[in-house]
Amino acid sequence: MLMQEMASVPFAPTTHCGPAGICDSLWLIPALPIVASGVIALMKQPQRKAAAALSIGSLAISLLLALVAFGHVVSGWTHGAAVRETVNFTWIQVGSAHVDLGWVLDPLAAVMLVMVCFVGLLIFIYSTGYMAHDENFTRFFCFLSLFAGAMLGVVIANSLLLLFMCWELVGLTSYLLIGFWYQKPSAAAAAKKAFLTTRVGDVFFLLGMVWLFAQTGTLLFYNGGAGSMEALKLGGLLATPSGLGLTAAGAIGLLIFAGAAGKSGQLPLHVWLPDAMEGPTPVSALIHAATMVAAGVYLIARVYPLMQAGALVGGTTAALTVVTWVGAATALFAALIAVAQNDIKRILAYSTVSQLGYMMAGLGMGGVAVGMFHLITHAFFKALLFMGAGSVIHGCHEEQDIRKMGGLRGAMPTTFATYAIGMLALSGFPLLFSGFWSKDGILEAAQHWSVGKAPFYMLVFGALLTAFYMTRQVSYVFFGKWRGHGQAHESPKVMTTPLAILAFFAIALGAIGTPAWPWFRAFLEGHAAEFGFAGFNEPGLLALMVTSSVVVLLGLGLGWWIYGNKSPQVETPDALERAVPPVWTVLQNKFYVDELYGVTVIAFYAWWAKVADWLDRRVWGGVVALVAWLFRGGAQLSRLSDEYWVNGGFDKGCEELSNSGGLLARVQSGKVQTYLRLLALAVVVLAAILIWSSRG
Amino acid sequence: MTPLAGYLLVAALLFAIGLAGALTRRNAILVLIGIELMLNAANLNLIAFWRYGPHPEALTGMMFAIFSIAVAAAEAAVGLGLVISIYRHAQTTDLDQMNRMKG
Repeated sequence: MLMQEMASVPFAPTTHCGPAGICDSLWLIPALPIVASGVIALMKQPQRKAAAALSIGSLAISLLLALVAFGHVVSGWTHGAAVRETVNFTWIQVGSAHVDLGWVLDPLAAVMLVMVCFVGLLIFIYSTGYMAHDENFTRFFCFLSLFAGAMLGVVIANSLLLLFMCWELVGLTSYLLIGFWYQKPSAAAAAKKAFLTTRVGDVFFLLGMVWLFAQTGTLLFYNGGAGSMEALKLGGLLATPSGLGLTAAGAIGLLIFAGAAGKSGQLPLHVWLPDAMEGPTPVSALIHAATMVAAGVYLIARVYPLMQAGALVGGTTAALTVVTWVGAATALFAALIAVAQNDIKRILAYSTVSQLGYMMAGLGMGGVAVGMFHLITHAFFKALLFMGAGSVIHGCHEEQDIRKMGGLRGAMPTTFATYAIGMLALSGFPLLFSGFWSKDGILEAAQHWSVGKAPFYMLVFGALLTAFYMTRQVSYVFFGKWRGHGQAHESPKVMTTPLAILAFFAIALGAIGTPAWPWFRAFLEGHAAEFGFAGFNEPGLLALMVTSSVVVLLGLGLGWWIYGNKSPQVETPDALERAVPPVWTVLQNKFYVDELYGVTVIAFYAWWAKVADWLDRRVWGGVVALVAWLFRGGAQLSRLSDEYWVNGGFDKGCEELSNSGGLLARVQSGKVQTYLRLLALAVVVLAAILIWSSRG
Repeated sequence: MTPLAGYLLVAALLFAIGLAGALTRRNAILVLIGIELMLNAANLNLIAFWRYGPHPEALTGMMFAIFSIAVAAAEAAVGLGLVISIYRHAQTTDLDQMNRMKG
């Protein structure tokens, strides 16, 4: 049963999704990579080229389809109204209740589709170079394709259930890819940790989903006015109290946010993300920078009507306040840790956690457009940074410690140039780079937030730290003297070309989100985009831009002043370590969060397991032994009676029986054809009786 | 004679040939082939009854036959597997010598 529903408030209805419309074939976008992955799974190990070609080809077709979908949404938008088209169908019908699935095409989905396909495609191409010498090349591309398909499924899902299924698929592929080099115990452990930690969030997500279904009877987001994200059902949710002063909408929103926090590495579930760097670097770029971790942010953007339900104009809701605080705290917390790490990928990992915090805070304070813009720009420059780091690691013979690098500026010019662009974009270097505009959007929202100013200061300080730790990393890696062993070399073209393309976008994407031409916001929110410098006249905006520029320059300068051109040796302590040893130790040990979980959650489980073990051995085991002893006593008694009374009679009976059995045993000749003959004969007799009786 | 009766006659003939093969052959593989013949006779019946039955537009008979073919394929695989393992064990496929299960 296929129903086609039109857009709803605040999105005006647009052209009907005809049989040839792109939204009808939207499912192809995730289906193609998944099918490709299935085919690759059947290939043999040496069929490398075919596997790579299949997975790149399928994603390229998906990208084309995504671009068509994007074009469709843009053309609908320029005709005056935003497009929101859905295709829903019933999946399970039980009595009068039914569970629907479906997909949706709206600006949010269109933007994400293009981003995921495009960044994914570049990373796939890059992987053919990075993984060229790995013997499990085909398996890698099988997992990558499956991941891309699942992620695209998350993006187009119009049902929380479908989203959850793809979400779990994403979690599974993340596990498979982190543990890709499963021979390394650390990689296997990291994969397990990622899987279990995100599962904690997913349990809450599942609870929220079940609750939502119980309250509204539907898991569809948009369904012509009857979807769970539309005014009718939201009104019902708001009218239902749920304890702790929350409405049902707020409580469900918080539960879903817990799921998003797990996936997007927010406090306190961030611990898996840095460990996930055990996976191959393209995986880190694809999954733990550009797409999967963004899925949590995307989920919040998708259920934003629910998070926002009940807010007055300019106000906020309990759910959004929590999102904001968690995001801001994560942004600052992870930025602090990133300052004291020495592994090139771990610095980027903590930076990702921190930037995800910015996105969450942006969603919480500024709305979908603010958070999503940072998501998109971040996806490009963080993928660039990770792939640059991969190129560096590749060039330095699998070395990841930044203290054993240095001076790579000369040996790897292309990598250096693109990495520098990515680094400046991440730091938010004024005016030129996309990161500046997207981060500024968040800071501006924070400045006007009605609840408090603290998140604003936390985010500004985080921006300072971001510029600082990125400068530290770049100075260690690219400046000073070469401190590694062997000779560093530039990576092949297949790896540097994607870097150059991403670098272009790390700069150019800023153009669609400046206050002068807020195209991105207008596109997502469905109103017209106007070009003009009036946007800069908002109160406090220019001052904010100056402040954030100063903060970024300060961070860059500070970093260069402390670390620039110093080429410190591995043994010499870090400059900051010499200045403030206790702080450094705390930061280097990541605020001891892992250790804290070790002595609380994990220790609790270990203790609980011990208790269960003791109960099993002593209490239940004792009961079992007692029962066993009783039965054994009874058994002794019955044995006595058996031997003397029953057996005597029985033996006699058996003798008789075996004599007569001897006759029957002849029939049991063991020859299978004899049996078959008897069977055939019996059938003939039976047929004869039937025919004869039907005559009579 | 209706065409249905013709199909049924062919099926009966096929079944009889299969049964004769299964009953008289001593080679286990040929017995299996006989069984397959009988199964296909049954399939032929299924199709014939469906085609000349009251509801030829519903695809039930065909579905049933396809299921039956799939099951027959699985059965043949199991049967051949048994024959191979018995052959490895006893170095023969002669059914008359496989009488160790006698009572």
